[in-house]
Amino acid sequence: MSPNLRIAFRFLTAKKRAMFMSLSCTVLGVGLFIVTQATTSGFERFFTKTILGINGAVRIEDKIQDTMRSMAAAGASDSYFAQREGVKYIEGVEEALLIAEAVREFANVRGVSAVVRGNVQITSALKTEDAQIFGIKIEDHVRVSDLAEQITRGKLDDFRDSPSGALLGRVLADRLQLVVGDSFVLTSRGQSRRVHVAAIYETGYREVDKSNIYLQIGEARSLLRRPAGATFLQVSLFDPSRAPQDAAKMEQVLGHGAKPWQEREKTWLAVFRALRVSTMITVSVFTLIASLAMFNTLAMIVLEKTKDIAILRSMGYERRDITQIFLWQAGIVLAIGAMAGALLGAGVTWLVGQVPLPINGIFKTDRFIVTWDPNHYLAAIATAVVMVMVASLIPARRAARLEPGDIVRGTAQ
Amino acid sequence: MSLAPSSIAGELALRCTGLHRHLGQGEGRVHVLKGVSFEARRGQVYAIVGPSGCGKSTLLYLLGLLDQPDQGQIEINGKLMSNHDDVARTAARGEHIGFVFQFHFLMLEFTALENVMMPMRKLGRLPQAAMTARAHDLLEAVGLGTKTHRLGTQLSGGEQQRVAVARALANQPAILLADEPTGNLDAKNSGVVFDLLTRLAKEQGQAIVLVTHNAEIAQRCDFTRPMRDGLFI
Ligand SMILES: Nc1ncnc2c1ncn2[C@@H]1O[C@H](COP(=O)(O)OP(=O)(O)OP(=O)(O)O)[C@@H](O)[C@H]1O
Ligand SMILES: [Mg+2]
Repeated sequence: MSPNLRIAFRFLTAKKRAMFMSLSCTVLGVGLFIVTQATTSGFERFFTKTILGINGAVRIEDKIQDTMRSMAAAGASDSYFAQREGVKYIEGVEEALLIAEAVREFANVRGVSAVVRGNVQITSALKTEDAQIFGIKIEDHVRVSDLAEQITRGKLDDFRDSPSGALLGRVLADRLQLVVGDSFVLTSRGQSRRVHVAAIYETGYREVDKSNIYLQIGEARSLLRRPAGATFLQVSLFDPSRAPQDAAKMEQVLGHGAKPWQEREKTWLAVFRALRVSTMITVSVFTLIASLAMFNTLAMIVLEKTKDIAILRSMGYERRDITQIFLWQAGIVLAIGAMAGALLGAGVTWLVGQVPLPINGIFKTDRFIVTWDPNHYLAAIATAVVMVMVASLIPARRAARLEPGDIVRGTAQ
Repeated sequence: MSLAPSSIAGELALRCTGLHRHLGQGEGRVHVLKGVSFEARRGQVYAIVGPSGCGKSTLLYLLGLLDQPDQGQIEINGKLMSNHDDVARTAARGEHIGFVFQFHFLMLEFTALENVMMPMRKLGRLPQAAMTARAHDLLEAVGLGTKTHRLGTQLSGGEQQRVAVARALANQPAILLADEPTGNLDAKNSGVVFDLLTRLAKEQGQAIVLVTHNAEIAQRCDFTRPMRDGLFI
C-alpha cells in the first residue's frame, strides 16, 4: 500500500460519522440511479418492442411527386397535389410488388408486407362500431410483426385457411361481444360482407386492439374496391435502431415516403426520454448531497489535520502527496459507495421486477419491467465519481497549498 | 545503525547568511530576524539559547526549509536552497533534514512505530522489513522499546517528544534541527535524549542544532549560540 493511501485510511476514521453520511448518499445515489434507469428504460424498451411488433420498423407510404420536374413543367406553383412539409405526395403504393422486391434488396431488411387499409363499420348482433381493416398476406405479415405471438384465442391457421376469416383485437371483440367462430358484417361505402372471427389477438396497445381488424388481402381488396396496389408496405429490420438511415435511403431509392418507427412514435419516445432524464436528475440529488458532504467532511479533516500536514511536509511529503492523501479519502469512500450502490441497485432492480403491476394501454404487462444494462451501472458510478471528485478537489488542493511555516506558527488560514 | 566515515566530520552541513524575517501584517508586522548568520558542521552539536520570543523557532523553521526568509541565503550540504522551488526544498527536507517541533510532535492516529516509519516510507530507500527494524531500534534508543505499538494519543507528552526525536532521525539526515527536544522531559530522559543526539553526532557525523532553555544541556553542547532580539550576540 502506498504511504499516501495508508495515511488516507487513517485520516478517514477521524470523521467517521461525516464520512458515513457521504458514503450513504453515494450508495443511495448510485443505487437509485441504477434502479430508475433500469425501470424507465425497461418500459421504454418494452414499448419499442410492442410497437415494432405491431407496425414494424419502417412504413413505406405515399409516392413522392417529383416536385422540381412537375413545377418546371407547370411553369408555376400548382396546388393539385397533397403537400406535406414542402413535399408533394400521391397516395398509396401502386407498384406494391415491385417496390417490395426493391425493399428486400436492403441488407438490414428482414421482411416486407404489403397492406391494404380502409375504414369500415363493423356490425355484430349487438351493435355497430367504427374500425379499420388491414388486408394482409399472413405469411408476409408475420415476418414484419408479432401477430403470431399476439393471438390469445383461436388459431392463426384458421385465418390462413379461410378467406372469410378475420383477426379481431381483444378490446373490439369484447365491445361487440364476439368470440371465435361468431360472424359479423363489415360495411364500407355501401358495400357489405359477412365474415367470421378466426382468432382474437391482443397487442396491449389499446388504440390498436380496439380498432384494427385483419383480413386476407383479397377480401380487403374487394370490400374496399381496390383491385391493385397497397396503402403501405410494412418493413421489419434486423437492426431496428438503424431505421432512420434505412428509411432515408429507401425514400431516396424508391421515391416513396418511408417513415422510421422513431419518427412515427416520437411523441411517446419523447415522453420516455423526458421521464428518464427527469428521474436521472432527481436521483442525482443524492449524488450531489454526497459530493457536498464529502466537500464538507474533507474541509473539516483538513482543518483538524493542519498540524499533521505540517509534520508530513517537514518529513519530505510534497504538496502532491497531500493532495493525494485527501483525494484518496474521497476515492476510498467512492469505491465502497460505488460497490455497495451497485449491489443495492441490482437488488432493488430485481425486487422491482417482481412487483405485480398490470399495465394495459400502450403495452401490456402484468409486472414492473426492468432492463439489465451494464451501461446504467457505469453511468451511475461515473456520475458519482465525477461529482464527488470535483467536490473533493477543492479541500484537497487547499490542504496542499498550506505552508508548513504558517501552520507551525498558527497563522495558516 | 551504520557508521558514516569519520572523514565527513567537520564538513559544513548548514550555512545561513544575513537572514531576515518579518512576521505579521500591516500594523502588527514585526522584524523578527535581523540578519542572522550561522554555520553548523557535521559531527558537532549546537545550542541556540535566548529569551522567549527572541526568534529561535523562527530561525529553526528557516533552517529547516519550512519557511522562506525575506532576505538572506541558506545552504544545505553546500547547496543553496533558499531560492529553490517548493519541490526541491521538500525533497531536501526529506533527505537531509530531521526536524523536531516545539509543539505537536506526532500524528496521533498512528502508532509510535508508524510515526517513525513515516519519513522512511516517503523516501522509500529501505525495504519494508528493514524500515520496521530501524524504527524499532530508534524507539529502543529513546527508551520506548516497549511502547512501539501505542497510538500517539496513548503516549505522554514526554514520550511523544521522544518518538518525535526518533522520527527525525529515521532517514539519517545530515542535519537535525530540534526545537526544545528535552522541554517536556524529566532530568533522566533529558539525559537519554541528549546522549543519543550527541552520540549520533559523533558516530554518524550529523550536525545537530538544538534550541534549549536548559542551561545544563546547553553547556554540554559543543557550541552555544546566545540569541537576543533577532540576532546572535
Ligand atoms: N504571526 C506573527 N505575527 C507577528 N509576530 C509574530 C508572529 N509569530 C511570531 N511572532 C513574533 O516573533 C517573535 C519570535 O517568535 P519565536 O516563536 O521565534 O520565538 P522563540 O524564540 O521561539 O520563543 P520561545 O522560546 O517562547 O519558543 C516573537 O516575538 C513573536 O511574538
Ligand atoms: Mg520557540
